[in-house]
Amino acid sequence: MRQLIATIAGHVIALFARIVTAPRVIWDGCDPVRRQRVYFANHTSNADFILVWTVLPPPLRRATRPVAAADYWLINPLRRFIGEKVFNAVLIDRNPETRTDDPVAQMVEALDTGVSLLIFPEGTRNVTDDPLLPFRTGLFHLAGARPNVDLVPVWIDNLNSVLPKGEVVPVPLICTVRFGAPIHLETGETKDAFLTRAEAALLSLSGAEERAA
Amino acid sequence: MTAPPEFATLLAGILVFLVVATLVGRSLRARLAPDYSSPAIENLNARIGAWWAMVTLLALALLAGRAGVVILFALLSLAALREFLTLTVKSRADHWALAAAFFVVLPMQYWLIWIDWYGFYSIFIPVYAFLFLPILSALRGEVEGFLPRIAETQWGLMICVFCASHVPALLYLQIPGFEGRNVLLIAFLVVVVQLSDVLQYVWGKLLGRHRIAPSLSPSKTWEGFLGGVLSASAVGAGLWWLTPFTPWQAALIALLVTLMGFFGGLVMSAIKRDKGVKDWGHLIAGHGGFIDRLDSVVFSAPIFFHVLRYFWSAV
Repeated sequence: MRQLIATIAGHVIALFARIVTAPRVIWDGCDPVRRQRVYFANHTSNADFILVWTVLPPPLRRATRPVAAADYWLINPLRRFIGEKVFNAVLIDRNPETRTDDPVAQMVEALDTGVSLLIFPEGTRNVTDDPLLPFRTGLFHLAGARPNVDLVPVWIDNLNSVLPKGEVVPVPLICTVRFGAPIHLETGETKDAFLTRAEAALLSLSGAEERAA
Repeated sequence: MTAPPEFATLLAGILVFLVVATLVGRSLRARLAPDYSSPAIENLNARIGAWWAMVTLLALALLAGRAGVVILFALLSLAALREFLTLTVKSRADHWALAAAFFVVLPMQYWLIWIDWYGFYSIFIPVYAFLFLPILSALRGEVEGFLPRIAETQWGLMICVFCASHVPALLYLQIPGFEGRNVLLIAFLVVVVQLSDVLQYVWGKLLGRHRIAPSLSPSKTWEGFLGGVLSASAVGAGLWWLTPFTPWQAALIALLVTLMGFFGGLVMSAIKRDKGVKDWGHLIAGHGGFIDRLDSVVFSAPIFFHVLRYFWSAV
């Protein structure tokens, strides 16, 4: 019963996100097929993962778990239900002082069940004028632990205008979600080199020229 | 509300036109690129497919009468405004102003149209939105790019809401001897202006050599412009029986709205080029966005409305 409610709630949330943002989805380097992937996206709004989750075709959506902050999603029963049941999120503790589980270990454990993940390697919402914050190291450790999984960059455009930090009423502007070509950790690649390459792969999607229709 | 008999005749004519266009599109594909390999032919077929949907939607709205037309154009304004404001300059400080544009100004304008308050809907956006939305932005204290931000938002409201709302406003004109047939004014305007766009495209594809404004639009040529505007005006003259006009008046008014439509397309192209996009949106297959299809109607509707109101209307 709870699962049924969660499924329906998921469809309602996806429909609402579609109406509000009329998302334009561009697969620009990989296809919407069922492969195990780690989607890594830029993070400017609380609704980011809802939008990416919405634009994934339903079979992919069911097999993709967003990685989200436990401190945000466990704060009350409704959020807990949405986070755990509707989005089936992998909830991680962002605070190294208090946490008992290693976030990377949690993500690897989730990958080993065969699902894909959606992560935001900036670690926090970007409210600066820079297009991207420096990536945290989680993506590198994940890439090292499971080197066969495709790491797919996902650029989310305009969602921060739809719902800027601190606002509650969304403005129905059009958002674009662009999926890029997958990257992998190369043998012997250092942490810094890999993270720089991952940041560049994501950034290259942001200014990519519109392709002629 | 029952549709006037002329409406059925017009609709039958449009259906014949669409059937012929569909057959031409399909046979071009069958003969030249049966494996769907020609982008131009696929685009033509996608455009024709979208025309079926647009004609069906507008016909249903016109049959449903005032409520149908006001609601349809309110939704079209919403779709157009979101495309426009997606591309404009804005900052986080404009969030309230943008929310007010979508959720207060737009519904208010169409409500004023619905209750036929001409004196207010004619000035609501040019005066009240114009004064109050910048106040909302100013209260948030962000000054960088302030004038472009408020000016572009206002421009979007003028084009996408104020001008577009003059289409449903046509239903409320009181023209002696034309009572109960106002939906035909909308049909006349939309058919003539859109046909002009289609004919400009066709003439341009067939004969187009000399570009009018290469920096604005590579597809607009003198041949397409003259051929499209003149042939659409001729069709407009031939549709005089839909309107309160004589054939000569119908020809002149058709010429006026097709010229406005052409220049509307030119202006909106200039904005697209400036913003670095090819289309306003992606939701209408083959056409691009809603504004790509509506630009000419939006530019011609207020002028058409005022000419009718000044020279034909009783009040």
